[in-house]
This record gives sequence, structure tokens and C-alpha cells, in this order.
Amino acid sequence: MKNEPREIGYLTYDVLKKKIGLPSRERLAKGPVAIIECTEDIPCDPCVEACKLGAISKASLTTPPDIDYEKCTGCGSCVDLCPGLAIFVIKMNYEEEKALVSIPYEMLPVPKRGERVDALDRSGKKIGAGEIVKVTRGKGATFVVSIAIGKDLAMEARSIQMQGK
Amino acid sequence: MEKNQRIREHPILDFERGKRVRFQFEGQWLEGYENESIAAALFASGVKIFGRSKRFNHPTGWFCGIGKCSSCLMRVNGIPNVRTCITPVKEGMRVAIQGKKGALPDEPDIAVAKKEEHAQVLIIGGGPAGLETGITSTRLGLNTLIIDENPIPGGQLIKQTHKFFGSKKEYAGLRGFEIARIMLEGLRKCGGRYLTETSAIGYYGKDGKHKFLAVKKREGDYQLLEITADNMVVTSGASENYLPFPGNYLPGIYGAGGVQTLMNVYGVKPGNKALIVGTGNVGLIVGYQLLQAGVKVKALIETMPRVGGYLVHASKLARLGVPILSGHTIKEAKGEQYVNGATIIAVDENKQPIEGTELELDVDLILIAVGLSASTRIISQTGCEKMFVSELGDWIPIHNANMEITIDGIYVAGDGSGIAEASTAMLEGRIAGAAIAEKESYNPEEAKRIKEEAFSELSKLRESSFLKAVTAGKRRCQQKWDEVKSREK
Repeated sequence: MKNEPREIGYLTYDVLKKKIGLPSRERLAKGPVAIIECTEDIPCDPCVEACKLGAISKASLTTPPDIDYEKCTGCGSCVDLCPGLAIFVIKMNYEEEKALVSIPYEMLPVPKRGERVDALDRSGKKIGAGEIVKVTRGKGATFVVSIAIGKDLAMEARSIQMQGK
Repeated sequence: MEKNQRIREHPILDFERGKRVRFQFEGQWLEGYENESIAAALFASGVKIFGRSKRFNHPTGWFCGIGKCSSCLMRVNGIPNVRTCITPVKEGMRVAIQGKKGALPDEPDIAVAKKEEHAQVLIIGGGPAGLETGITSTRLGLNTLIIDENPIPGGQLIKQTHKFFGSKKEYAGLRGFEIARIMLEGLRKCGGRYLTETSAIGYYGKDGKHKFLAVKKREGDYQLLEITADNMVVTSGASENYLPFPGNYLPGIYGAGGVQTLMNVYGVKPGNKALIVGTGNVGLIVGYQLLQAGVKVKALIETMPRVGGYLVHASKLARLGVPILSGHTIKEAKGEQYVNGATIIAVDENKQPIEGTELELDVDLILIAVGLSASTRIISQTGCEKMFVSELGDWIPIHNANMEITIDGIYVAGDGSGIAEASTAMLEGRIAGAAIAEKESYNPEEAKRIKEEAFSELSKLRESSFLKAVTAGKRRCQQKWDEVKSREK
């Protein structure tokens, strides 16, 4: 059974947890935080430049980025600047039952606030549904779509799909 | 196939189409837009068959879509062998499929105006490497001329809608077409010259003097340019590799890069349901861009057990539900006139097909993304020495760290010197431009500083495991250059 990221084409939660270290439960409870799902030695550094708080660093141009979850405020300015569209912001304390997941998105139709959409995991599998709470478009022209979704899905939901498709 | 394949809405691009023009194809009037290629206008009108096999008479389509492979050659206004993928369509143009046998032009004499040109630096190819060479050498005070056979300047940057990796100096975070715009503006500001639709046709250098003949297409006629140059930089890029499999000639099977031009430059949908063969960064990026253009992507397949490109690119596709099947290859393409299906098959660890694992896919588009080959035909005319670099799987002109080949005053940069990626192309172009200025004593200290800085950036870039093969190949190339030079002494 294939399960290595490079065999299947995507990262899994377990690999991420091991490779990049995810924010602790306590950190998540405090407020929004960015998760950089980038594990390879790609020569690239716009994320470092994007963070005005100095939360993102790279030992060299080719090492994967390192994020300091304590410095990160989850502002999301790195999300639309990452060329790999690999950064997501999780706001676990959004509501009692729901978390807010912000996702870079570059497909049509442009999602609209208030719409209900299906949430897809890293493999493209439908794992639930959520409501679009916010859609922004920064200077990178990538839309950043925030969906409210059950807290248990916050670490898995990484894409959306219009319902009925 | 639906007649109208025009992309009306796109998440990233706004297509500014020119005036509508009418042109004839095989005697029938069709419509296109001014400034789009003949091939794009034909494709948008539902024409997929661009020729017939001389031997088997089966239909064939275009392949590379970027002026390199010759599969789109047609007879235009009575002139044979016109590359329809890089020739803009014009009002009243007569376009016809070429017969099996070659035929001379309708008119025995085509008006050709002659002009002599001189440049301290002649650059052949105006993509990221050529533009960077031009900007660097012009800023340092040299008289520079870029010639390029494409109608739109900027090489293959103009069709790249994704944001580039790399560092800020090489425009990381910006999309390719935006980078082209910035670089062209930079060249214009410093006074560098750039001629579009100008094909380099022959090298006539003698006694250490470099001379190139080039033909510039103009409104109604051609101009023969006799360009003498103190230095030449060949930045001729690369072309898509082909893949042998039954049915591979069918229209609907294209190079992945050519399809990018069709959909991202001209706003024409290449098909409706696609299979991509190859998961290097080109295949992954084009797969994503097909989705943006409204094309369904049925699968990406990869013979190797692992994805070839960056995982972040693959992940963008995977989370949108596109299957990425490693350990699979294409068994055959189906269809009579066009592709209407494909059979894929799993392979074992020795890359041998495993019978019984066939899978039928309902597709009308098969994109080949199995690597690129350096375009070295132009530079080979200079008589330079080449070597086969196994790490790169390609023949490349032997060059040193300054990007100078075995002939004094001739340089190479970008994919034409070994396939890498855009940041490498820009840095190599900058190195060549600065090395020439240093040699010619134009702001030599500044030139040296620029060159050293580019060397250091290049080595930082090459720390990446993705560029390991390039680094090793380039090192061997330098050793070989040293050998050739010590032999000469």
C-alpha cells in the first residue's frame, strides 16, 4: 500500500506532525495560527519576507521554512504569497463548535460569503461541509477563503468544492 | 469537439483579445483575433488536424506549440513550412495543410530587404535568460540586441500563470507573465533592443568575428539582417520530449508546455478531459492550470514510483480530487481522427507493464510532460564542442562558470545550457552579461561584483536536492571545458 507523500502526491497528517511539528492544543486554543505544509528543500523564500513579525525563518534558501507558533498571530499575510499555496490558517477558537480554516484558492467560480461548500481533505476526499465566512484577495491575486467547519475537521480540511458538483 | 473553445472566465487572467479578423483555411472562411497565432485561431474554430502522416496518411496535430517541433507547419499565403504556432493570424490570410510532397512557394521571388546590424552583445532568444543577459549587459554600458522568433516577447514566461519560487531578486512570488512584463520594462528603460519575429538562421563567423544572419518578418515582407557581434549569447531554451506509444500521433496529444501557451496566452481551451503523462513540475503545474481553464483532469500518471516535481505542486492537484498515479504508464491512445480515450497500465519495479492492470480513461486530451531537451541547433552551427551529460540526460554545449562555450566570445545560458528552472536561467543570463562586460572593460568592477553575487546565489539555489543533477552536470561540464582549453594550448 502506497502511503509515502511522494508516492501519493500529498502530505498526510501524521507525516506533517512528524516533519514540521504542529501547534499544540494550548496554542490552538489561544487563537489563529498559520500552518506551513512545506516539507521539501525547495529554493524559495517569499514566506519569510511576507511575515512582518519574524515568525517564519529559513536556515538557508533551500531548507523548509520554520515557523514560531508563539510569534505567529495567524494574520494570514503569508497565505496568499506562498508560491506553493501551502500555507493555511487555523482558528480553532472561532466558535464553540466550529473552527475557521483559511485556504488559498485559485479556481472558478469565486466562492461567495455565506455559501455552503463541501470540505475536502488533502487527498481531495469529501469530509464534511462548511460555510464560507470570508473571501479576500491580496496582491498575489490568490483568493483566501475562510470556512467555518467542525473542529474535528480543522486539521484535515484543505480544499473546498461547490456543493452539487 | 465544440467549436468554441474560447476561455471566457479565468481565475487569474483577463484575456485582452484584438480585433476580429477573417482568414481562409483550406478555402473556408474562419474567424480569429488579431495577434493570436494561426494555430490558436484554428484550434478555437475546432480545427485539430494540422497535417497527415507522409507514410501512413493518418491525421496529425501540432505538438510543441512553441515554434520548435515543426508539426504545425502549414502553407500560409502561398509560402510553405510556416510555423503556425508562432505566426500571428492576419485579415485575409490563406492557410492550407501541406501536401505530402514539398512544394515551392507560389511566388518565385519574395521581397527581402537587407539590413546590416552591429551589436557588442547579440542575444538569441528573449526568455528569462536572454532578458537577464540583455538587462545586465546594457546596464553595464554595452550595446545589446536581443532577437527572438516569437511574436510576443518574454519567451516561455508569458504563459506561466503560477507564482515563481526562488528568492526576491529573481522575482519569487510573482507570476511568470508578470515577471516578463517587469523584465521587458527593465530592458526598455536601460535602452536594450529586442526584435520579435526574428529568426536566427545561420552562423557565418570567421577569424574570431561573429556574424549571424537572421530574418525578420514584417508587414508584407521579410528583412534579412546581417548581424555582426563582438559577443554572442545563445539562450535558445528547450523543447518538450516526445514519448513513443501506440496512437501517439493523434491530434489531441500535445506537449504540456504548448498547451500552456494555447490556454494561458491565447485563452483557448485545449480540450475538455485530460490525461497528463509525467509528474515533473511541468506536468503538475499544467495540470493545475488546466483546471483553472475549466478542463477536467482525469489523472496524472508517472512511471517512476514517486512524483517527480515539488510535493506542494502535487498537493494542489490532489486536494482538488485529481488522482496522481505513480507507477503507471500509458499503453495506448485511442481514436481515429482525434484522441477519444487512453489506456493506462501499472508498471513493476523494472518499469515493465503489469498485464491485467489496464485502466480505460475517457479523455480527449493527452499531455506529454516527460522532460525537456535543450535546444542546441543554433549554437551547434558555431562549431562548438558539445558533451552528453548523463545527469541531465542531454547533449549540451561545453561551457565554463562564466557561461562561455569553447569558442571565444560565445556564451550560453538558461535551458539551452542544460535543463534547470527559471531562477537558474536568470542567474546564468546575469552571469553571462556581467562576464562579457568584465571582459570588455565596461564597468569591470561593478560587473565583477554582479557576477560574484550571481555565483553565490546560484550556489545557494543548488543546495536543493531538486537541482542535484544540474549541479553535478554543470561541474562535469566545467571540467570538460578546462580539458578542451588545456588541449588548445
